Amino acid sequence: MTPRARMLLCSAIRHIVLHAGALVMLTPFIWMVSTASKPQTEIFSSDLHLIPYHFALWDNLRIAFAKADLWRYLLNGLIVTTSIFGLQVLVALPAAYALSKLRFLGRDVLFALVVFCILIPPQATAIPVFLLLHKLGVLDSYAALVLPFTISVFGIFLMRQFFKTVPDDLIDAARMDGISEFGIVWRVMLPTAIPAVTAFGIFSVVAHWNDYFWPLIVLNSEHLQTPPLAVAHFRNNEAGANYGPLMAAAMVIIAPLVIAFLFAQRRFIEGITLTGIK
Amino acid sequence: MAEIEIRALRKAFDGAEVLKGVDLTIHDGEFISLVGPSGCGKSTLLRVIAGLEPQSSGEVRIDGASADGVRPSARNLAMVFQSYALYPHLSVFDNIAVPLRMKRLSALERAPFVGRLMPGRRRAERVIRDDVERVAAQLEISPLLKRKPGQLSGGQRQRVAVGRAIVRQPRAFLFDEPLSNLDAKLRVHMRAEIAQLHRQLKTTFIYVTHDQAEAMTMSGRIAVMIGGELIQAGAPAAVYEDPCDIRVAEFVGTPKINAFPGRIRSDGRLETLGHVLHMATPAPEGECRICVRPERIELASQGLLSGTVVHLENLGSEAFVHIGSAGTDAPVVARVNDPSQVPAIGATVGYGFAPEAVRAFDVDGKRIATSIPSRVERPREMAVV
Ligand SMILES: Nc1ncnc2c1ncn2[C@@H]1O[C@H](COP(=O)(O)OP(=O)(O)OP(=O)(O)O)[C@@H](O)[C@H]1O
Ligand SMILES: [Mg+2]
Repeated sequence: MTPRARMLLCSAIRHIVLHAGALVMLTPFIWMVSTASKPQTEIFSSDLHLIPYHFALWDNLRIAFAKADLWRYLLNGLIVTTSIFGLQVLVALPAAYALSKLRFLGRDVLFALVVFCILIPPQATAIPVFLLLHKLGVLDSYAALVLPFTISVFGIFLMRQFFKTVPDDLIDAARMDGISEFGIVWRVMLPTAIPAVTAFGIFSVVAHWNDYFWPLIVLNSEHLQTPPLAVAHFRNNEAGANYGPLMAAAMVIIAPLVIAFLFAQRRFIEGITLTGIK
Repeated sequence: MAEIEIRALRKAFDGAEVLKGVDLTIHDGEFISLVGPSGCGKSTLLRVIAGLEPQSSGEVRIDGASADGVRPSARNLAMVFQSYALYPHLSVFDNIAVPLRMKRLSALERAPFVGRLMPGRRRAERVIRDDVERVAAQLEISPLLKRKPGQLSGGQRQRVAVGRAIVRQPRAFLFDEPLSNLDAKLRVHMRAEIAQLHRQLKTTFIYVTHDQAEAMTMSGRIAVMIGGELIQAGAPAAVYEDPCDIRVAEFVGTPKINAFPGRIRSDGRLETLGHVLHMATPAPEGECRICVRPERIELASQGLLSGTVVHLENLGSEAFVHIGSAGTDAPVVARVNDPSQVPAIGATVGYGFAPEAVRAFDVDGKRIATSIPSRVERPREMAVV
């Protein structure tokens, strides 16, 4: 075999493996779109077909929007995820700055604790947090959805690792120029850390937009429910699961994430190329 | 305009002493260079002066007032960093304007959105704009004001960093190896520019470098630091001619000064490699080092000392001949002013030096006072014996 042919073969194998992986990841989504586009009769028909014979996506969407106040759920999701992310940044950036750039007694111990906290699954602390919120009297409110997540140890860790790469001279220059320590966090570190903040934003928003567990525990009122709870509505109907509108609703609630991700991905790459540190 | 006094300054990092008692007075308007090998504590000293690092003991006084506990910005010193340390997200204009905005605008006026509505803000911004543009014109970076630091060459970033320092009219400038990231040609050019800037501003300049050519050419005084101690401070020529310590003698001057093993005899005469030098010293009998600069070594056909040429460095205008000889650890380097006269590699050459060229140091590296006893009949100047 000539080297050229061998290279082609290697490349072909690589592509086949990657495509197979992509297919596995995409199948549920494709199935969701397919189901959302089928009328009820086709969903339960015994022959498997991806392309619906009758295109019923609009009908399913109409039913979905009629049955549940999807706009309300989307708005709730937006309020909750942005508040969580905003507060997380507000806490994580100063903490990460202190852990990476200030010298004080016990810094390394504190950082070790932060790393340790990453290992604790949120379910493990769910009951104490629930009781705490109960004592505070804020169960069944936006506060109950937001407050437990304002301190993100993962965010602190991520930002701290990024801040480590910011040259010390830059901070010293800022001090010479008369910028205060908090000023350094917001005026110097934040702008240089935009790519890291964006990456953290993706993680945070995706995790809390899709969170099913916590809202299910702390919420009773329907008008506060977040998108994943909305999908559950369609399942619990007395008439049995109505899969067409359910899948249509699922499509609606992941659409903002997909759009936001595509948008953030561009910002992400832009951010990396723009911050010309060095 | 500031006189800076450093008294018995010590600094330790986690028990490791980096500055071991530095005393230095920097006069108002002086251009002083701190030189020394890598890791000797130059940057640390500069950072203590700037207030970025607290000292372990000792004192820094600026214009007679103790600077202890005074915040870096309140000391009104400006610093130019080796890495330039420009804010990557701000334009050149904004980079230069930052120190002015921090000084002249209140916190409310600087706030992102509200600031614009504050009454005094527009007038202050106009004055800042004028100041930045004046400095930019002075440094010839006016066309670059809208660019981001990432879009500038090293030399241009250097100028922006200098601009950010001079715009606030500080009492003194601190430079930490500002030219070491530039290529050789630009470095020579910027050297002249910084010297020119000093003549213009007449402010105190403290300039850290490990490049002694830079220090020798730019400054009125150099201070040589080695291992956390300030060994000698003085005019460049004086430090070069009269080093008080063998480490200073070896650090200042390229190629390095030649060191021969020597002895002080009981009658006060010096000898090296079996030859008695025409020199006397009051120092007690014992081992010593006899040091001679390369340009003071003279090649001669009838050798007083002799060795084989092991290496040649021809720089075009001058050449350095490395002579390996028995008794010295490193080859002896001699400068030849006329490169066409250099001997071939492997040739045996004789060499010698005049007694005036000798700087002698004792075993601890301290300078030994020497004198040349007058002789009745003086044979040749360069005679060794
Ligand atoms: N923050 C710090 N923590 C611990 N040790 C430090 C710190 N800063 C400097 N040192 C140590 O202090 C010594 C002197 O450092 P310094 O940066 O002052 O050297 P320098 O003379 O500027 O060297 P160079 O010419 O390489 O810049 C070094 O041994 C360094 O390891
Ligand atoms: Mg240094």
